[in-house]
Parts: sequence; structure tokens; C-alpha cells
Amino acid sequence: MSNETLRDTFFAECEELIESLTEGLEVVASGAWDGETINAIFRAVHSIKGAAGAFGFTDLVTFAHAYETVLDLIRSDKLDIAPEVLRLITRSSDALAELVDTTRQQGSASLDPVRDLIGELEATAKDAKADTPPEPEFTWAPLALLPIEVEEPAPAATGFSIRFAPGGAFYANGHEPVRFLSALDALGTLSVACDASAVPPLDGFDVDTGYLVWNLRLEGATDEDAIRRVFAFAEGLCTLDIAPLGEGSPLPEVATEPAPLFIARAPAPPPADIPAEGSAPEPAEATPQAAAPAAPPARAAPRTPAPAVQTTLRVDPERVDRLINSVGELIINHAVISQKLDSCGLGTDSEIMAALDDYRYLAREIQEAVMSIRAQPVKALFQRMGRVVREAGEATGKPVMFISEGEATEIDKTILERLADPLTHMLRNSVDHGLETAEKRRAAGKSEVGSVRLSAAHRSGHVVIEVSDDGAGLNRERILAKAMEKGLVPPDAKLTEPEIDNLLFMPGFSTAENVTNLSGRGVGMDVVKTTITSLGGKVGISSLAGEGSTFTISLPLTLAVLDGMIIGVGAETMVLPLSSVVETVRPQRRDIHEIAGELVLSVRGTYVPIVDLALLFGMRSAKGQSAERSYVLLDAGGASIAVAVDAIQDQRQVVIKSLEGNYGTVPGIAAATILGDGKIALIIDSEALVELVSPRRNARPLIELEA
Amino acid sequence: MSDEETNDRGNTIEFVSLSAGGQGFCVPITSIREIRRWSQVTALPFAEDSVLGVMNLRGAVIPIVDLAARLGLGTTEIGTRNIVVVVAIGTRIMGMLVDSVSEILSVDSETIRPNPTIRRDGGASHVTGLLPVDDIMLRVLDLDALFARDGEEAA
Repeated sequence: MSNETLRDTFFAECEELIESLTEGLEVVASGAWDGETINAIFRAVHSIKGAAGAFGFTDLVTFAHAYETVLDLIRSDKLDIAPEVLRLITRSSDALAELVDTTRQQGSASLDPVRDLIGELEATAKDAKADTPPEPEFTWAPLALLPIEVEEPAPAATGFSIRFAPGGAFYANGHEPVRFLSALDALGTLSVACDASAVPPLDGFDVDTGYLVWNLRLEGATDEDAIRRVFAFAEGLCTLDIAPLGEGSPLPEVATEPAPLFIARAPAPPPADIPAEGSAPEPAEATPQAAAPAAPPARAAPRTPAPAVQTTLRVDPERVDRLINSVGELIINHAVISQKLDSCGLGTDSEIMAALDDYRYLAREIQEAVMSIRAQPVKALFQRMGRVVREAGEATGKPVMFISEGEATEIDKTILERLADPLTHMLRNSVDHGLETAEKRRAAGKSEVGSVRLSAAHRSGHVVIEVSDDGAGLNRERILAKAMEKGLVPPDAKLTEPEIDNLLFMPGFSTAENVTNLSGRGVGMDVVKTTITSLGGKVGISSLAGEGSTFTISLPLTLAVLDGMIIGVGAETMVLPLSSVVETVRPQRRDIHEIAGELVLSVRGTYVPIVDLALLFGMRSAKGQSAERSYVLLDAGGASIAVAVDAIQDQRQVVIKSLEGNYGTVPGIAAATILGDGKIALIIDSEALVELVSPRRNARPLIELEA
Repeated sequence: MSDEETNDRGNTIEFVSLSAGGQGFCVPITSIREIRRWSQVTALPFAEDSVLGVMNLRGAVIPIVDLAARLGLGTTEIGTRNIVVVVAIGTRIMGMLVDSVSEILSVDSETIRPNPTIRRDGGASHVTGLLPVDDIMLRVLDLDALFARDGEEAA
């Protein structure tokens, strides 16, 4: 394992720790906290400090230490959580997250921005300590390790006590102690105690030596031979002492003594995988984990030596993608088999068809499960955004309350990752431009503390994220004036309110009178719109003067599948994204008009340009007469078109396959998918299609007729 | 795979010989992923003539190019006897439609003759060398040069 991956792991862990830290602080803020909440907060900070120390991020350690000192005082009831203390620890948590971020990006972080905060933390700690003698460092040590409780053996139980001491060769041969232990467990009731007292401090650590000794107690009707058989493969590689129970050989005392802390996790660095890897990085890996007090794993250690107590699994997203691909194939494969069987003339009541139905059911279930792996709650993102809002509030001197709703809403991870930047922009804008200053708010009869709300919800197959503030609302006059001044709209333009609102999304637009370091560089909202559009989503604004503005982002649940309408174009099958389909029409001949060589379709009094897909894509249409064809009304990018197709076949979910990787982009085509018969169908990009035909459309005046 | 090994043994290179547009070509075996029978493709709009369409290769969507057409040797008549050679060019996977694939040749890199023709436009030729085998001469194809511009053109 390279140092690089270790560092990545460290930062990934930091993220989780900061998440639980933020969570804990929220609980504290809500008042419904107990000792365990504080412990959890403390542990999070401490774990970051420990791991940061192992990587030599001294600034991070310094800050975490000051922070932890205060938390420790709270933990030991020497400091009450007064409002100002709560504020201090919340700010510190933000600063810590910031420091971790900077360290991740730049390899180190300067303490300068948090110098004051450290001063405050230290002062708070000093005040609190004034009347109590200072606690020794590492007061938490006992908590981490002690409960090595071996269940009291029933007297005179039959069984054996085993001392299992694998040597270096044991690991070099690729053996894993836990496998032997679980094999033993199968023989009876096994209690395990790991004796790690032989493990030397890291500087004297020889990776090729097996230091750990397991003292096992196996109860149940079994004989020594059976136990020996378990260890048959490890013969000569380990020292094995087997003695029958009940002959005055209880478990050696050593197991119940608290070993030095770093040994608590010592099962983690067994030299087992070292021979292949080289020696240096392994102990380093052990350090960040071991330095953490990490109580739960340590507690679990006595029962099962494998420190596999993890609630989350970190997986390379590529593996998940591969899984998703394979599952997609599975479903396609099902369709192929089903078609083939059909053509063999097997009835639906035959046994094989019933079995195939089960197959489909299972495949769908796997697909759903795999998709849900990629879906993640927006919680972590929203917590980060809370930090953004608080920072923005501090920077602008506006008191802000951040409200988040629907944190459990799940979105595809890829989408989630790309939402951070646009949301940051929008939230900063809300604080900087949306909210008024405290004085103005007072004058307007509002509470001085402005609120910024971030909410997420599932709505009809989409995820809707709203950013709203209770500020003054959009100043449309100023927006219009600014846009005219910047030459974005002609001076005599008459724009409707939504049109003015949408000016915000134009490149180079910024209404801030002063360019602050928060926002106002005019790169914000157009970037927001581009990012959201590239994710297949939409952004909208609504605003009420004096009551605030709301930005609404609507996103697809996932980028991997799409609800599509399967259509026939010439000899080919294509897919229209259902999200942009408004309706399908089978018009009368008199509804189709020809205007200057172009066809338009009249739909309830409106004239919509017709796009002949077969013609556009250079294919031969199966039906020449336009009146005999079906038309699909598409609404995309604010314009409507009627797409002439030869057949409308089906509506179904399709798995999206990129064309770009192996070929490149194709105008008007978003991606491809594989149909039930194994053939490829192209997925039409509605927005691009509208743009593709719009030059022609704009050249021709569209006459609106009264219905 | 055995790139280094073969290089150690005096630069032996393995080629797969194939024919397209009535001419003999060869392609380094290391860039070939598989060879399969022609199956129906889905046409791509706005593609140049040599791009026949896309094919489903076990879940991957790969473009199929008529090699003869790409080389300006006329279009290959499509029938069931045609062969698709699936090649990897960088990270891209694509299929080349050819008339036939003949054999695997192990040749010493010394025996490859440089391509004597000089293009008038000064551009790099797709044929990097000539390989005499028995009585015939095979053209060594540079797939990178031949297909490098595909993505950009389409974009």
C-alpha cells in the first residue's frame, strides 16, 4: 500500500469523523445530548488528531489538540456547555473541517486563520481548569481497552485451553489466524483472548516476526486430535500448547491486563501480507488507526481477533460501476433468452418460462440493490453546506440561521459529488446577496437573524433541492439595469419577470456592488446552471419582494438508467428521454402545414416545428407520408418541437451506455443503450435536438394563430 | 503481455495479417482484443462514411469502421463472411471490418522495411512499414495514426 493511498484513507476517514462530529454538535445544540454524545465528539476530534500526527500534519495536530482539550473538559464535567462554549466548539469544528480540506488539497495547512480560535480555546480551557488540577494527558486510555472480559467458564466443563503462538513463518506462508480461530469455533464454544504484550513499540517493530499470542478456551465435547487437525496446515509454523480444561489452567492473567494502547488494534498489522508488500508502510498504516482511541474495535477485539467492526464499506466506485454494468447485462441477457424461448414456441405456462420469470425477478432485485449502493444521502453534503453558510455569515457580518431539511434523501453518488460547487455558490449568494443586513431586517420588521434553508426531497422520480432565503427577494429593476449596463440585453428590451430572473444565470452577470471575497465575481450562477444542466437537471428561481427568493434544482435520481420512450426511426430503434416528452400525437392531415418548405404541426392552436428524425439523421423513413406517422411533442431547453417518428413501441427503463469513451460525441445523440435483442439503440439528446434544429427555426417567423 | 520478453529475445514482434480492400495488411497482435464475425450494427448519424455504426460487444458500445473505406480503398461488401477485428487504441475499443484474417506472424523487427512513399501533404502515413512475407508484401498499419482523429472529428 503506498503512502498516497494511506493518505487518501486518512482523509476519507477524516470526512467521516467530521461528519459524526457535526452530527454530535447538532445534537448538543438541540439540547438532547448525553455523555455519549460528548464522548463521540471527543473521539472524533481525537482520532483526527492521532491520525494527523502519524502523517506529520503538525498544524492539524496543534489545532485538534487545543480543541480536544476543551472537549475533554466538557466531557469530564469541568466545563458547562454555555451558549458561548457551544459557539466556540461549533466554530472550531468548522475550522477543523476547513483545515482538513486545506491539508488534503495543499499537503499542509497554515494555522494563521485559526490562531485566534486556538487562543480562545486555550483561554476557555485555562479558565475551566483554574479550579481543578490539570488532568493527566490521555485520560481516555482506560476507556479504550479494558473490557477484555472472558466469560466465566462453567465449572468442570469439558474442553481445552489452547495457547496458539504463530511465528513469522506462519504469516509468511499466507496463513490468517482468524481462519484457524473460526475453524476452532466450529468445534465448540470458543473464547479468545489475544495476548499482545510481546509487541514492541513501533521503532523496534520487526515486521517479519509474529508477536501475537492467542489464548483460547474451547468448550464442548471435542478431542485433542480434532484441534490438532485444525492446525494441521500450520504445523511447525506456530507453537501450540493444548491442555484439557479444569486442570488448573485458566486463561493466563496477561490477557486481562491493559496492554499499551497501540496494541489494542495490533491484530491489524499482522505480518501476514507483508512479504509481498515490503516492510516500511505497514506499521505506518497501523499507526493512524492505533493511535485513535477507537473504542468499539478495541472492545470487540477480545472476542474475535479480526478487527472487522466497520459499519461502512469503502469501495472503489469503479467496482460499483462494473457491477452496475454487469447487472445491466444480466437484464439484457434475460430479455435475449426470453425472446429466444418465445421464438421456440414455448408457451408462457411452461416450466422453463416460470423459471425465467424467477430469473427476471432476481435480476431486477439485484439491479435495485446495486443502484442503491450508489445512492447516498445528501446529509454529508448538507452538513458541509452548513459550514459554508456559517462562514459566509461571519464574513458578511450577517447573523444567519441554517436550516436543512430532507437530509436522508438519497441521490446517485456521482451527482452528489458534483453538487457541492453549485450549492456552495448558491448558498453564498443567498447570504451575500439574498439576506439583508441586520439593521435593514430590523427596519423591515423581520427577525434580525436571517435564515437560509436547504432542502431535498424526492418528487415524481426526481430529486428536488431548494435553496431559499428569507431576504429581500430579487431586485428585478437592478438586475435589468445591470444586465443592460453590461450589454447582456439591449437597452430597450422588454422582459417578463421570469426572463429577468433568468438573467442571473447569464455568464458574466453579477449584481454585487462590491466584489466581496464571497461572491460577486460574476462566475457563480452561470456555472451553477451549466453544472446542473450537465447532470441532466434544471434550475429555476422564484422570488417574492420582501419575502425572499428560492432556487430550485431538479435532478434525475441516477445517471445510470433513464426512462425512455422506444421509437422506430427508419429501420433503427431509438430512445427518447421520457422526461422531455410532453405527449404523443396522431394528427389529421389538415393539422400539418407547410411553411416555406418546412413542416409545422398545429397542436391546439400553437404551431410547433416538425423535426423528421429519419431525415435529420440521414436514414430512410419507412413511411413517406407525414400524416401516417406519429409525432412526439418534446419540450426541452424552453422550446417545443414535434418529432416525427415511424413507430412508438414501448416505454421502459434503459441502461445508459456512453458513446464517448470509444467513439466520440454525436450531435443530437446523448448516449446509447442495449435492447432486449442485444441490438444497440441510440438515446436522443432532446436539448441538443432542439438546438440542432433551432437555427432553421429561428430563421423562420413562427406565426401564432388564435385557436 | 509478453512485450518485454519478446523484446529481450531480439525484438521479435507478432503481427496478425489481414486483408481489406484487396490489399494485405498486418497489425501488431498486442493491439488486437478479439476477432469476431460480422453482425448487424446500429447506424450512427452524422458519421463519416467509413464508420458503419456501433455494435454491442458484451455490453460495451463499440464503433465499427470499414477499414478499406477508411484507407480509401472503396467500401467492403458486407456479407456474413466478413470479419470484425476488435482493437484497442489507447483507452478506446473499436472494431475494424476486414475481408479476412489469415495468420499470426512472428517476425524480427529488423525485417520490417520503412515505407518508402512520401505523402505530398506531409502528413504521417498510416502505413509505418512494409513486411515481406514469402512472395507478398504486407503493410504494417499504424492504428493510432489511422484512428487518432476519430473522437475529435465527431466532437
